Parts: sequence; structure tokens; C-alpha cells
Amino acid sequence: MARRVLLIEDEPNIAEAIWFILNRDGCQVATLADGLGAAEAVRADRPDLVIVDLMLPGCSGLDVVKAIRADPATEAVPVLMLTAKGQGRDREAAEQAGVDRFMTKPFSNADMLASVRALLAR
Amino acid sequence: MPISALTGTRLRERRLALGLRQADVAQAAGVSASYLNLIEHNRRRVTVEVLEALSGVLGLPAAALQDGAGGALLEDLRAAAARAGAGGGAGAGAGAAGGAELDRVEEFAGRFPGWAAVVVALERRAAGLERAVEALNDRMTHDPHLSASLHEVLSAVSSVRSTAEILAEPGEIAPAWRERFLRNLFADSERLAAGSEALVAYLDGAGQEGLQGIVSPQEEFEAWLAGRGWHLPELEPDVGARDGVAAGEAADAEPDGVRALSAAARVLAAAWLERAAGEARALPLAVLQTAGAGVAEPPDPVLLARQAGISVVAVLRRLALMPGSAAGLVLCDGSGTLTFRKPAEGFAVPRFGAACPLWPLFAALARPGSPVLWDVVTAGRGARRFRALAWCDLRHPDGVGGVELREAGMLIWPLGGGAGALGGRALEVGTSCRICARGGCPARREPSIVGDIG
Repeated sequence: MARRVLLIEDEPNIAEAIWFILNRDGCQVATLADGLGAAEAVRADRPDLVIVDLMLPGCSGLDVVKAIRADPATEAVPVLMLTAKGQGRDREAAEQAGVDRFMTKPFSNADMLASVRALLAR
Repeated sequence: MPISALTGTRLRERRLALGLRQADVAQAAGVSASYLNLIEHNRRRVTVEVLEALSGVLGLPAAALQDGAGGALLEDLRAAAARAGAGGGAGAGAGAAGGAELDRVEEFAGRFPGWAAVVVALERRAAGLERAVEALNDRMTHDPHLSASLHEVLSAVSSVRSTAEILAEPGEIAPAWRERFLRNLFADSERLAAGSEALVAYLDGAGQEGLQGIVSPQEEFEAWLAGRGWHLPELEPDVGARDGVAAGEAADAEPDGVRALSAAARVLAAAWLERAAGEARALPLAVLQTAGAGVAEPPDPVLLARQAGISVVAVLRRLALMPGSAAGLVLCDGSGTLTFRKPAEGFAVPRFGAACPLWPLFAALARPGSPVLWDVVTAGRGARRFRALAWCDLRHPDGVGGVELREAGMLIWPLGGGAGALGGRALEVGTSCRICARGGCPARREPSIVGDIG
């Protein structure tokens, strides 16, 4: 059965590339372009993994993660966070919010696949 | 002349791309259609003569169809794949080449030479921008304007990198997806080009956009002066007298906008205004305009200084800040730190960090009291020619036993067609190493983040 991934990324070309490589790897990928309603979508669809960008319009990626972790129904969903800002303080804030893995843009597709596979294997 | 096993494939791709019929191309090249068909399917080795005839019909250099002609391209593709592999680490079962089929690289380059070149070009661009991002990372925490610009560039780089990696895997992508990714690459490359140009303009302070990110009192003061057209008529006694204001009264009036400056910028402005008023009294505008009228080259500042009884650097200031003057001016202290920057059109002045060490300004700094005169051309695209005239003054404000202070100035005078050339070659100079395109520069301090540096 295909593993289901929810990708929350506002850059459409990045989302398209990630969708392609994960879909080719056997995942079923749904996408959202902003953080508004993302936590509700996680609660409704119960994906096996959430990939979320840090800087999103409407609601930041950190707020999305906090909402996911605050809900008992979704608190265990693994989260991979993407960011164009690689400073230590962003990583620290992401870890405190409950992010499982943190990837800095630009990333290689191989790294992305490795992270996704590792998180789905948990 | 070595001919590739894929020469036929390349010929066929080219013919199809041009929308030509096999029979028509064969006739034009003086061979039979069946022979061309065999060549195109790599079932016959093509002779040099036939290859030249076919390449002529197809408008393609014969060299582009031969073994080794794409050697550099193949090497670049391999390097791109290796780099992708290095970035990808050992995870996900990726090979050393990040998943690219290295054994099929020649097939990829042979069948899609244009796309292969696009992949290599984008990979190079991404690598350059990554270097820029790395170098500028520290500044992101201090400059929100730069942070936003870099975020935009990073997003585009991320998209290019992931998309290029997908495209570098030949034979596995459906045509519709390939077309879609190529469109994305094109859009992102345009976005990158615009983003990197904006970033460089921001960094070298050449554009008004840079003013949005003012971070120092000096920049604030210079922005205010630029907003006044780099000239303050209220400081000119001859203008004041003409307007019925007694000499000296005009200089006492605070120019518009000074009070809106920050406290630190006001201190700089006050010092500048006091000095500028004195220099205006000593060297009236009328004298300057007479000396500079109708000449394509700057008037002699040493003679003007002697005539007015002021320093040569003060004359450089007066010349650069005359109303409507197109000349640029940079001043520095004994440490080489730029203390004033008025860019000339086509001659950018760095906003942050050290300037080009080849500027005559710094030669003058080491030789106080001696003029340094060079014709200079700017490195990179749209090179412009200027006459750079530099001088350094010495001061001993505390007397014989006190400190020695230096102030150097460089007038940057745009040379028009009527200007005579100085002897020898013009000196090629840049803005600052990080954004300079000059290749093989003996004075380079660090790699450039823009263009080919040779």
C-alpha cells in the first residue's frame, strides 16, 4: 500500500519536483500551498508523513507543526521541515516545535528521498 | 577525424528539430535517402566529406557531431552528477553521482545536446549562487532586506537543483513531465537571473533599491545628500549673494531634511556642512564652472587648490559635487576605509566591505602629496572608461608630536569622446572582489560570486 505524504510548500516548482520524486518512489503525495488549514488537513487525512516549509504564507511552518503536535490525533505524525534559512536558531525552533527532521534548501533529491524513507520506516 | 557512434543519432535529432524530410536533406547533401537513413540509425559510418555536407545542410558545425567535440560537455555533466552525489550524501541508496546514470551520459548528451547544456549551465549557476549564499549567510541575521532577497534566490536555486537532477536522468521521464520541468527550469532561471542581479545591485549600492536597506549613519547621510542631487546651493556664497542673502547667512541655515536624519547621521552631516561651506567660500562655484567649462577632462585640481588656498582633496570634493556633475568621488581615511561614496554612472562603489585594491585611490594613500592619475575601465559587462585622479592629504591636528592623519580622495570623471587618452593602457578595475568579474586579477582577495572570473 502506498505511503501517504502531505507536502505543504508555497513554491510551486519545488512542490512539483518533490511530488515527482516521491511519487516515483511509490508515495501518494497530496500538496498544500499555504499553512492555513494544514493542521486540519492532517487531522482529516492522517498522512504517514508531513513535509512542511518553514516560511509559508498565512501561517508559518512552525505554527503548523505546533498545531499538529498539540492534537492527540496527529501528534505522532512524523514531520520533515524544509527551510531556506539554515541558522542554528531556526533549527532549534523547529526542534522545539516537534520537527523530526530539518532540511536546508537547496537540498539534493537523494537527501530528500533518504529523509523521507527514514521517517516512513519508523 | 574521429566520428562518434552517435553521430547518426545527432544528425537525425537535428533534422527532426528543423522539421526537414530525410529525402530533402539527402538530396541537398548529395547522398541517397537510403544511405542517409542508414547513417541516421548508426548503421553506416559516415565519411568526413558526407558529414561536412550534412552538417552544412543542417546548419550545424561538423565538429559538433564528432567524438570528443562534446568532451567538455560530458565532463561538465559528470561533474554536475558528482556534485549532486556529493550533496546527496550516502543516503537513499544514491550512487556517487546522485542517481544519474553515468554510463549513459554520452547518450544523453548526444540525443539532447541542448538540454544537456541547459542542465550544465543551471548547475553552474546554482553552484555560484550557493557560494554566494554561503558567503552572505552571516549577513542574513543583520539585514532583513538582504534576508528576504536571499530567501527568494534560495527558493529558486532549490527548484533548479531538484528539477535539474530529475532531468539529468535520461530515459525515465515521460515527455509531458520533461516539458513541464523544462518550463519550470526556464521560469526559475529567469527568476534567478533577476534575483541575482537585484542582489548584486543591492550589494554594490548602485541602485536606489539599496536605500531601502540603509544600515549605517554614513549611508543615511549619503542617501540624504544623493536625494539633494549631491549639491547644496544654500552653502554657495555666490548663489546666496545673487539671491539677496548675505554671505555666511546661507551657510548657517540648516538644509532641508537634516533634522529627519538619525542623531548619528546628523553628526556626520553637520561636520560635512561646516567643511563644505568653508570650501565653497574659498573656491566659488563660478571659478569651478569656468575651469571646468567646455572641457572633456577634469580641470587640474592641484592648480585650483593653489589658487584657492585649500587642499587638493577639498578641490576634488568641489568638482564632484558641482551642480549636475556626473563625476563620482570616493574618500578614504588612513586605514583605507571609505568615508564618502558618490558613485558615477557605470562606476559602482561598494556599499559594504573593502573596495577594489587597484583603485588609484589606494596608490595615492601611500604617496601623500603626489597626484595619481590613471585612465580606468570597469571590469565586466558594459565596461566604461573614466579618468581617475587621486590625491592624499596629510594632517597633524595635534601638532608635531601628535598623530598623523591621512585623507585620500579619488575623482572619477566619465570620459566622453572628446577626451584624450593618457599614455599606456587603461587600468581595469572593479568594485570589490566579491562582485568583480575581472579575470586573473593579481589583487584578488577572494573569489567572485558573479560571472566568469577567468
